[in-house]
Amino acid sequence: MDAPVGTSPAIDVERVSKNFGSGEDQVLALDDVSVAIRKNEFFTLLGPSGCGKTTLLRLIAGFEHPTRGRILLEGADISPLPPYRRPVNTVFQNYALFPHLTVAGNIAFGLEMLGRPRPEIDQTVQAMLALVKMRELKNRRTSQISGGQQQRVALARALAPRPKVLLLDEPLSALDLKLRKEMQIELKRLQHETGITFVFVTHDQEEALTMSDRIAVMSGGRILQIGSPRDIYDHPAERFVANFIGDTNFLEAEWLGASNGTGTVRLASGAVVEASPPMGATPSGKVTIVVRPEHAELTRDVAAAPLQGVVENVVYFGTDTHYHVTLPEGREFIVRRQNRRGGGASFEPGMPAGIVFADAAAQILRD
Amino acid sequence: MSLSHAALGELGDAKPAAGAAELERRAMRVRFGLLAPALAILLFAAIGPLFIVLVYSFLTPGPYGGVLWSPSLEGWFRVLFQRDIFDDSINFQDAHLSILWRSVKLSGATTILALIVGFPTAYFIATRPERSRNAWLFLITIPFWTNLLIRTFAIQEVIRNEGLINAVLLKFGLIARPLQLMFTDGAILAGMLYVYLPLMVLPLYASMEKLDFRLIEAGYDLYANRFQVLRRVIIPLVKPGIIAGSILVFIPSLGAYVTPRVLGGGKNMMLGNLIELQFGQGRNWPLGSALSMTLLAIVMAALLVYVRFAAKSDTSGHG
Repeated sequence: MDAPVGTSPAIDVERVSKNFGSGEDQVLALDDVSVAIRKNEFFTLLGPSGCGKTTLLRLIAGFEHPTRGRILLEGADISPLPPYRRPVNTVFQNYALFPHLTVAGNIAFGLEMLGRPRPEIDQTVQAMLALVKMRELKNRRTSQISGGQQQRVALARALAPRPKVLLLDEPLSALDLKLRKEMQIELKRLQHETGITFVFVTHDQEEALTMSDRIAVMSGGRILQIGSPRDIYDHPAERFVANFIGDTNFLEAEWLGASNGTGTVRLASGAVVEASPPMGATPSGKVTIVVRPEHAELTRDVAAAPLQGVVENVVYFGTDTHYHVTLPEGREFIVRRQNRRGGGASFEPGMPAGIVFADAAAQILRD
Repeated sequence: MSLSHAALGELGDAKPAAGAAELERRAMRVRFGLLAPALAILLFAAIGPLFIVLVYSFLTPGPYGGVLWSPSLEGWFRVLFQRDIFDDSINFQDAHLSILWRSVKLSGATTILALIVGFPTAYFIATRPERSRNAWLFLITIPFWTNLLIRTFAIQEVIRNEGLINAVLLKFGLIARPLQLMFTDGAILAGMLYVYLPLMVLPLYASMEKLDFRLIEAGYDLYANRFQVLRRVIIPLVKPGIIAGSILVFIPSLGAYVTPRVLGGGKNMMLGNLIELQFGQGRNWPLGSALSMTLLAIVMAALLVYVRFAAKSDTSGHG
């Protein structure tokens, strides 16, 4: 069942806008959003609450209909179809399990509605119970099982009809940390074993980075950037993306020009460093670059470093230590250093320090 | 439960030396103290009179109403049977049977119609924005502001031969002579539906208001169309409301008195009117008492069957 991520799109969202309300109270929840989600992909919509990610999910599920634009499923326009005519299933945020049915009854529901023959339903329910490791509890009421178990039943119920696309609306947010980590691995396994396209909505950047094949970062009803977790983290194209995912240092710089794929910029300190230009845009004049704290290093050789400053604060985190360095223009720059036995020179608050970063570490923002 | 704990805590603080058994006894006393008013009303206003009715049903009718204190099974006998005046042969009392049957039939029909009309109404109110729901509920309760008798006479004004409906139909030439709407089972049914509909809507609304509408979305998501969502998701979830509403409509319908009296006239009697007749013009209190107990038995039997049926269909089917 381990199908590779396909190149043909499972879901094509074409220039979709969605307004809620009317007249004065009108709210633009989605603003001209386009995205192609590939077959067998684990695709994540990431953003803060109110960014439009859940609206987009509900549009794909059919609970809402786009104000403008259309949604294609494997090339066919599904925008006018009601939810029960779409081969798409949803794992709801609070699971929405039917309290009047047993675990097995919940899993069988979709298949019964599709009018599948009884033996096939029983067989599929058995297989699904095994898949989510819930065999022993199949005759329990949904109120008699734990949150983690409810989560598994919700997954099994949504997977049982073998949808072309599985939509997951913050399915892990109600679980405690340990269970959440387990379910993250579990979800990846299920996606692997079933070969179904997963569209996952979350506001948790770590969840998005660890689970996704690709991530779409959303804000204010728009998709700001789509890319692999590595792309998004290492090469954020916009200030919001850089800020939302991980810790980031922002620096003002001046664009000097491009040479064989990378660009060069001059920092405020006068130093010239290499920086990657954003995808599909040519920078000019003043630009903002971002450097991740773990991509920078402190050095005692202050004069030779492109950035100089004074160590303001040292925060110990166990696995690593954060050094807060104040740059001459007053800006703060954070350097994260992994704690190793007998690792590098130590820095104390008040000490002058140089900051160096690798050639590919700096990323130019689009704005 | 929490109340008894509070009582326990209070007493415990006041007198820490008292034994646990003593505290438990005091908590029980508090509980019974709180129950006492309701128990007293039940005892003196319901169970006591019911006992009197039971006793009367086994006595001999007095010549001008009331009872003579000599035991007799005649009252119960005459619920279903009658003796021929001339040859003393025993026959079924057809009039009583048909009244019994009409009562059950009309009450059942009222309940089903109230469910059909009340269900969408309750659903409509439950799906309104929270602020306007109370306004809708308020509208539902408006009929209660007027006396039942007056409302029933109002219906009479609408459906009688010279009433509103016939006047309009005659005026537009749709009918040649007035339709006989009054004094029919249909008139009783319409009247009872009108009177008891709020008793169906309110409990239905109470359970629909608690309905998690994400479950309906989940139903649609899992390929259930509108009808299937109604049958497989909404109805099972609001079943407590359906049961409560049906009981609240069926029971008073069965014993209805004013509506069949005003709209059904003397010919289309229901059980309530028959019982009244025995205590009034009929001057046969033991028969009236026996009929009352029969009505009670029918209500209890209907309740038992209904509850049993409801509980069964709740657990079967999906496995």
